[in-house]
Amino acid sequence: MSNASATVESKENLTADDKALVRPPLVLNQRQMGWISTYISSIVEDKTPIWWWISMGVTVPLMLMCFAMLAYLISTGVGVWGNNHPIGWAWDITNFVFWIGIGHAGTLISAILFLTRQKWRTSINRAAEAMTLFAVVCAGIYPALHVGRVWMAWFLAPVPNANAIWQNFRSPLLWDVFAVSTYFTVSVLFWYTGLIPDLATLRDRCTTKIRKFIYGVLALGWRGGNRQWRHYEMAYLVLAGLSTPLVLSVHSVVSFDFATSVVPGWHTTIFPPYFVAGAIFGGFAMVLTIMIPACAIYKPLHDLVTVNHVDKMCKIILLTGSIVGYAYLMELFIAWYGANPYERAAFWYRAFGPYWWAYWSMMFCNVISPQFFWFKYFRTHLIWVWIIVQFPNAGMWFERFVIIATTLARDFTPSAWGMFHPTIVDICTFVGTFGLFTTLFLLFIRFLPMICMFEVKAVLPEADPHYGEDHH
Amino acid sequence: MNIVGNTNAPVFGVAAEFQSARDLYHAAEKIRDAGFEKWDVFSPFPIHGMDEAMGLKRSILGQMVFFGGLTGFLTAVTLEFGTSSFLYPLIVAGKPTNLFTVPAFFPIMFELTILLSAFTAVFGMLILNGLPRLNHQIFNWDRFKLVTEDKFFVAIEAVDPKFSNRSVRDFLESLGGTNITTIHGD
Repeated sequence: MSNASATVESKENLTADDKALVRPPLVLNQRQMGWISTYISSIVEDKTPIWWWISMGVTVPLMLMCFAMLAYLISTGVGVWGNNHPIGWAWDITNFVFWIGIGHAGTLISAILFLTRQKWRTSINRAAEAMTLFAVVCAGIYPALHVGRVWMAWFLAPVPNANAIWQNFRSPLLWDVFAVSTYFTVSVLFWYTGLIPDLATLRDRCTTKIRKFIYGVLALGWRGGNRQWRHYEMAYLVLAGLSTPLVLSVHSVVSFDFATSVVPGWHTTIFPPYFVAGAIFGGFAMVLTIMIPACAIYKPLHDLVTVNHVDKMCKIILLTGSIVGYAYLMELFIAWYGANPYERAAFWYRAFGPYWWAYWSMMFCNVISPQFFWFKYFRTHLIWVWIIVQFPNAGMWFERFVIIATTLARDFTPSAWGMFHPTIVDICTFVGTFGLFTTLFLLFIRFLPMICMFEVKAVLPEADPHYGEDHH
Repeated sequence: MNIVGNTNAPVFGVAAEFQSARDLYHAAEKIRDAGFEKWDVFSPFPIHGMDEAMGLKRSILGQMVFFGGLTGFLTAVTLEFGTSSFLYPLIVAGKPTNLFTVPAFFPIMFELTILLSAFTAVFGMLILNGLPRLNHQIFNWDRFKLVTEDKFFVAIEAVDPKFSNRSVRDFLESLGGTNITTIHGD
């Protein structure tokens, strides 16, 4: 049977051992297909709630602050940021890696969990993919603007120019350009493909002409025929298959920016897997940070995003957090075992140098805090989950700061040592990107179905074409 | 007898409603066995095993994507070696552009392969499905709107060689379909 939860109804006939093997249902309270469309669409169709306006009242000014800071940066120059010798990469790259890492959980949920047939992903993938897109938008700001003269950013693209100069395709920075732009494009395609049947649901429920026109155009004329579904499912499978290596490659390429250099503390082969695990770790923390309040506002969503879902996400956080912790320890071990004095010094300065507070914050947030998720109590009480996942959110920012700033602050020659001090523009831009991210997410909740309706219907027991029949 | 659409226009086909994925699945098996060709089943979500029940082959999208990916790969190879070897020869870290330095060119080959494969997957799917389009004759039936909610439909088109309005109506009724409706075009 395609859906194990379908067996729950016949639980009485099972032995105690078999009962332990029955998976918990993915949708609680025996919700019907009609309820799923009606409830999720109603979030989009009902009158705009007050909390939404209040939230927008907070996030839109923050977003505008971000734009104002960027305008100031473009009109004045990158000097308004605190980047200077020796820390030429500072908060801009820290924040870039931070945001792009957050995006990775969305792709993991939509692609990798799809390929591994984890049906519980269906109720969280839409919101997580939206989060991916918005996080990549926030991330993209930094590399685009830190080039200095933004109007020259097109030099990154391999197009013929008057100087007859072409890019160095062997540079990790150019790999980054291709990786991040491909990642964004494929994420948009994946997300939109998943939206088509749900946009058709909204189109068919519309009462006003304007909405019908907008959702009608966006749904592209979807009819839900099986001759369409079979190509659609193939497209979705192919996109999942493509996104899986893509998401692993993107953060690997991001880590190559550091790993291919010869700076002590950066020049290590452990970076790609360690960056990818960290990205998934931080991304799942952000998914929970967003989904728990969203479900608290729309309470019936708890039937779709159940405690079981949260429990599973916490387990992934525990796993990836432990991989990250292992990587931190392995870095220290190799620094000692490699017997390179510069490498040893780099890690000594990370832990006990001027940025010790960032290092130990990172250690606490990323290695210690997820260990609470060994206990079921902390995985199943949503308040605790929400509190605990704030540590990975912060910790992953510290990780990038530690890797970037502390390494550059103490490299080979003491005469080249220095500290980084963020300016008010640095701080306001970073805080503003949270405004941009949340504004985009609030718009998404208001105008698009935040749960993938057709996929949730497909995991209901009655979606099985042999539902209620004996022969299997 | 339900008739929708413009009755002066040619008939698009006859459609019937079913209440569950299971009923639709069994109806599809019987329509397949009856030898119809121009017909489809409509459901709020993809139904597992429906392709076999309808007698459809595997989607050819997979093959299309292979060629899309190949195009992406060859584009990257041409772009990278064309520029780095010929237009603007670059020696990086003392290494010229040749077979031994290929690994450093891999990431961009990989990314462009993925990019063009993804474009092929999405736009190929739309082309195979005849999308996007603004309208379709089947939307003349108001009840068909429930297909994106929780109802299941079958439509046998008038262009099918075995189609006749009366016999198809009786056939769909014998399969357990309800609200059997003749749909006219505009």
